[in-house]
Amino acid sequence: METNTEKQEYTITVYTENQVGLLNRIAIIFSRRKINIGSLNTSPSEIDGIHRFTIVVMESRDVVTKIVRQIEKQVEVLKAYFNTNDEIVWQELALYKVLSEEITEKVKVERLLREYGARAVAIRKDFIVFETTGHREETNKLMKALEPYGLVEFVRSARVAIIKESSGFHEKLKDFEKKQPSEEVIENEYLGKREAVFTM
Amino acid sequence: MATKKLTGAQAVLEACIAEGAETIFGYPGGAIMPIYDALYDYNDKLKHILVRHEQGGIHAGQGYARTSGKAGVVFATSGPGATNLVTGLADAMIDSTPLVCITGQVFAHLLGTDAFQETDIINITMPVTKWNYQVTDATEIPGILAKAFYLARSGRPGPVLIDITKNAQIQSFDYEGYTPCNHIRSYRPKPVIRKNFIDEAVALINNAKKPLVIFGQGVILGKAEKEFKKFIEKSGMPAAWTILGLSALATDHPQNVGMLGMHGNYGPNVLTNECDVLIAVGMRFDDRVTGRLDKYAKQAKVIHLDIDPSEIDKNVKAHVGVWGDCKETLPLLTLGIQEKDRSEWLKVFADYTQQEYDQCIKEEIYPSTDEMTMGEVIRIVNETTSGNAVVVTDVGQHQMVACRYAKFNETRSNVTSGGLGTMGFALPAAIGAKFGALDRTVIAVIGDGGIQMTIQELGTIMQTGVDVKIMILNNQFLGMVRQWQQLFNDKRYSFVDIQSPDYVMVAKAYGIEGSKVEHRKDLETAIQTMLAHKGSYLLEVMVGKENNVFPMVPQGCSVSEIRLK
Repeated sequence: METNTEKQEYTITVYTENQVGLLNRIAIIFSRRKINIGSLNTSPSEIDGIHRFTIVVMESRDVVTKIVRQIEKQVEVLKAYFNTNDEIVWQELALYKVLSEEITEKVKVERLLREYGARAVAIRKDFIVFETTGHREETNKLMKALEPYGLVEFVRSARVAIIKESSGFHEKLKDFEKKQPSEEVIENEYLGKREAVFTM
Repeated sequence: MATKKLTGAQAVLEACIAEGAETIFGYPGGAIMPIYDALYDYNDKLKHILVRHEQGGIHAGQGYARTSGKAGVVFATSGPGATNLVTGLADAMIDSTPLVCITGQVFAHLLGTDAFQETDIINITMPVTKWNYQVTDATEIPGILAKAFYLARSGRPGPVLIDITKNAQIQSFDYEGYTPCNHIRSYRPKPVIRKNFIDEAVALINNAKKPLVIFGQGVILGKAEKEFKKFIEKSGMPAAWTILGLSALATDHPQNVGMLGMHGNYGPNVLTNECDVLIAVGMRFDDRVTGRLDKYAKQAKVIHLDIDPSEIDKNVKAHVGVWGDCKETLPLLTLGIQEKDRSEWLKVFADYTQQEYDQCIKEEIYPSTDEMTMGEVIRIVNETTSGNAVVVTDVGQHQMVACRYAKFNETRSNVTSGGLGTMGFALPAAIGAKFGALDRTVIAVIGDGGIQMTIQELGTIMQTGVDVKIMILNNQFLGMVRQWQQLFNDKRYSFVDIQSPDYVMVAKAYGIEGSKVEHRKDLETAIQTMLAHKGSYLLEVMVGKENNVFPMVPQGCSVSEIRLK
């Protein structure tokens, strides 16, 4: 069983109002504890006016629990979840810019791109831009493989993730709009497991 | 619905009136001039207190909020006016004080151009506000201010800052009246109370042989003093307080076993590590309360009642976390718990109290030396006021002594800067405390260091004629730091030797009566004179230079390692 103080990758999903400055309020929660954000994605969710943040950090469960509660405490945050990698399906998108002459001259490169499932998204006389999606290791591998063949530029997006167990946010939002206290607070998952988790 | 034209500035003041914020502390300046211009016509409905520094203004707002139970309202201009609020915001944030601060801002079209007195106060204050918002259009004002007051007061209270650009203050718009806010969909002021946690807590308490209740300001903020008293009385549990919980339970209540933490009482500290069930009510396990965490109450089952779910398990893991407003959760617990006689357990506390009295308290409040002590000053204040005054303290040795020894009969009588430890808090906070409780005597107990940080607020007292009794306990040192330097830095007194002006003369210059006491024989009369005086009065008491506050839990030690000397 994982211990609560062992660091691992956690993906934090936050549903928020669309409000100027909220990104900063959320970022402060990490920076004041000197926690580095591994990756951050923010974009409108499937619901009008509601934004979804996906934040990846390398931290212990103990710390992530506290952070998520602090995030959820922010006035404009509706709900925050945290998940380990086996609880989510996630992807990152990567773009690779390669010189056209390298590609056209060397058959090996073409094979490489096919092998990694890359798609060409822009083809020009001087360069070609390829795209792959996948986990960090996969996009990294192609980057390494392309390096000898004149990889000019590389960029990767933040992680986006779907929580396997989640049934979306539409129903939850209806609850939020009711004028009642919410059931929506993180469960006290450490109940009765005090010695195992209490360290300082 | 009939509409009328109002300016943004007028809408701000209408909101203050609608929210019952009749007293405002503030300081004008360029970017907030339209609001001050409007204020000129609202003199009959709103009382504006002109302070001498914005920090004084916000601390006064805090004092007002603490004694009145309402949100304090503070006005300041942009730039330096706004940045001068930061210390007070941080103080109010950590001590959960409801405040609505309105700052002026440069015209919206100048935002981001480094305009005169422009500062990004929204981003500066983000970590020290519960919520903040910049208004650039007057039509937003009624809704945003309604939200501001609602957020400041509801749930776990805190400071809110609204920054209003000058154009929005000037702009006229169709005003459709003021509608208070009572719901924000993304905001959960209180978590839902779960019956299973109540049941688990009740079972733990009923099976407990040695339960200890520790309470904080949550009891006061939740206006749950009566509910709390019933709760502890029903099963006879001893109750100890944090510095901000002080006065929620009368000092002479037989189950009040004293103060927790670094300079708290002997019994509650030692017995925290002997109780079998620890029931924390509206407190957040600050490190000054817990001492070394890995040796804190390890033997006990912990029940934690808090309105803020992020406090549960933050510092001390709770076996049962009872989320909710203690005004609602305490009666549910009281209903379930059995009546018990715990006089034997209370006797253990009494024994510790006796030991502490013999070795520590007696000498502090009835000193055998020639030098006066802070403790004896507070004892005489108690005897003179019978514990009915509001005591506002600054930060340092005098604060610890005052909180340890001051007697309180009613709630909202102790005003102090707990979490942030802001020196300079007491004088302005006392002014605000008096405006928040005009029928009560307000005594500010301040050290010779703290008074010099905000001494300019004597001007506010002069101009408003507010009645505040100022008691400076002068040990000619920055005493708390000196105490640590003595105990932990081999008496290397590095920059703690602070000189004072002639405070009585300073007070006189501000038209405030005052006197100085250097000998014990004059002390009692001087305190009586101060309290009998009509209007503000400054009393300087020269106390022993190198007295220390004991007991003490040294930093990094467990609460059970508390030292009596």
